[in-house]
Amino acid sequence: MNVSVDIRQVVKRYGTVTALHGVSMAIGENEFFTLLGPSGCGKTTLLRCIAGFEDVSGGEIRLHGQNIAALEPNHRPVNTVFQQYALFPHMTVRDNVAFGLKMKGMGLAERNARAGKMLEMVHLSAFADRLPAQLSGGQQQRVALARALAPEPKVLLLDEPLSALDLKLRQAMRVELKQLQETTGITFIFVTHDQEEALTMSDRIAVMSQGHVQQIGTARDIYEAPVNRFVADFIGETNLLPVTVESVAQGVAAVTLPGGHRITCAAAGMAPGPHHVSIRPERLSIVPTGGDLDVVVERVVYLGSDLQLLTRLDSGAALHLRMQNSARGQVPAPGTRIGLQLEEGAARLLAD
Amino acid sequence: MAGFAPKTGAEGTGYTRIVGPLLLPTWAMIGIFLVLPVALMAVYSFLTKEFRGGVIWDFTTAAYDQFFVTRGLFGDEPAAIEWTYIGIFWRSIWQAGVATLVCLIVGFPTAWFIATRPPASRQLWLFLITIPYWVNLLIRTVSLKFLIRDNGPLNESLMGLGLIDGPLPLVNTNLAVQLGLFYSYLPFMVLPIYAAVERYNFALSEAAADLYASRWVTLREIVLPVVRPGIIAGCILVFVPSLGAFLAPDLLGGAKTFMIGSLIEEQFKGSQGNWPFGAACAMILMTLVMIVLIAYARQQSRAEGG
Ligand SMILES: Nc1ncnc2c1ncn2[C@@H]1O[C@H](COP(=O)(O)OP(=O)(O)OP(=O)(O)O)[C@@H](O)[C@H]1O
Ligand SMILES: [Mg+2]
Repeated sequence: MNVSVDIRQVVKRYGTVTALHGVSMAIGENEFFTLLGPSGCGKTTLLRCIAGFEDVSGGEIRLHGQNIAALEPNHRPVNTVFQQYALFPHMTVRDNVAFGLKMKGMGLAERNARAGKMLEMVHLSAFADRLPAQLSGGQQQRVALARALAPEPKVLLLDEPLSALDLKLRQAMRVELKQLQETTGITFIFVTHDQEEALTMSDRIAVMSQGHVQQIGTARDIYEAPVNRFVADFIGETNLLPVTVESVAQGVAAVTLPGGHRITCAAAGMAPGPHHVSIRPERLSIVPTGGDLDVVVERVVYLGSDLQLLTRLDSGAALHLRMQNSARGQVPAPGTRIGLQLEEGAARLLAD
Repeated sequence: MAGFAPKTGAEGTGYTRIVGPLLLPTWAMIGIFLVLPVALMAVYSFLTKEFRGGVIWDFTTAAYDQFFVTRGLFGDEPAAIEWTYIGIFWRSIWQAGVATLVCLIVGFPTAWFIATRPPASRQLWLFLITIPYWVNLLIRTVSLKFLIRDNGPLNESLMGLGLIDGPLPLVNTNLAVQLGLFYSYLPFMVLPIYAAVERYNFALSEAAADLYASRWVTLREIVLPVVRPGIIAGCILVFVPSLGAFLAPDLLGGAKTFMIGSLIEEQFKGSQGNWPFGAACAMILMTLVMIVLIAYARQQSRAEGG
């Protein structure tokens, strides 16, 4: 992997508040890289450090090997799609898109031609002569995208660009953005707090929390092999159960679940003692009672294509699971007792 | 300036029918304090002057004739353009224009500075700006004259420091008048620009920098166009009263700096006055100002796409 943006131990303090505590990540060329985390975890701060709107308090950011700390924002080959778009209200859509090209010294005819092409790409050719205020939110978002892409930056920073759109438009834009990234070959650093967005679009995801990077990996990595409780809990739905690790031998741990049920999990360098396991709800299936994992159904929640069953172990620990909403399966009524079975490898032992 | 009120639908329906009577005090105010005085002035400008001030009710265009036309000292030469008053008008426009420019150059950074302070301290800065205006304009202007006269504190301290040998002749110069106008009207520039800058979305400046614009280019291409309504409002609020000002030119300037305001003032003072001529001057001044404002409003509504 050719590294495009190399973030090394970046610290950012605002007075007494520390927004980033030594964040490191290496983002590859042509990568769709997502920063994912709850509100206030420092995603925007990190983007602003890369764009140059904030000076880092410690560490360094390298762009293609060059430390860019001394470069003003207008000298960084990086463009941003702002969360609130920040379109220039007094310029037409075309002039907005052509602004970066004009600043780079491109002639009028050439830059208008290029702006026209960009607008075509985001399906807004018919709106070139309008002012931003005369567009809908989704259209403004696409203008912001076209404006940031027009100067062909090496890296495009996107700060929750889809958050203001309704669900349908958001889903359509996800596909368009991904295609755009693939055809242009530009490195995308995409900020979101919507995990579904992150999982569907990203090559890799950095999960952040409170100014720390928790885990970096592909969507599959962080969904199926979360390294800690925060990641397991934040990404998707999961059951976090307190367990006891009895023994560890050759990377395999013998684990006792709250009901006394014993399973084995992959364990990388973990000591015996109290821990947590994460079990995804879709990896539990219903079997006849009498096994070790018998539960009482408390509620059945209708989710459309799926049903969610909220159940409780005899020990009092809650477990929820999913079943497909098909005519074939019998839906257990609340109050009934059912048995559960864990899929092979479904329980993931967590470090903390 | 454009778009004060939403366009209402059919006359006298719903909203307007209820609000109509409530607007009566407004219309009365406009009638008594705006329409009536202007109408009165217009009428007076067409009357004949009485020698000890006042008017005779004989309709004539003599006042306007006096303003624009000369027939020589004894009135026996062929009619020609009278340049004296046009010259005074021209000089006044020039003075007011310079005062407006100076207020803008000082007022914009001031407004910018205040608008970019933390919200809590903005109120304090605005308050500080307005403190001098608690004092009557006449007293402030006279004080300014004391400050800059030959043996005033400014010249004394400059001479005391050995920076100059003799006093700087400031009183009775254009510079002194400029200083007076600047000092009188600066807040009228600062406040509307402040209001515009406070609403300015600084993410726009970041977006411009992100798209390779330098600070200077960002100011020129983004900031100034976006806060333009505030700048225009400030310029109008300074230019119009500067044009008709008479305190600063009277007290700080001399015969060389005679401005429209003083010319009009003189026509209504004592037995030397000429009320119809003063009224005519005021009408001409008002027409000039109206033309400028209407031209601006037209251009503005065209720029906004109607
Ligand atoms: N200018 C600032 N001054 C002081 N603290 C700040 C400033 N900007 C951000 N912070 C703090 O830094 C932390 C990270 O903020 P940041 O905006 O990066 O969060 P975020 O991950 O983008 O959140 P969101 O999803 O809500 O946009 C927050 O605790 C925030 O309060
Ligand atoms: Mg943010």
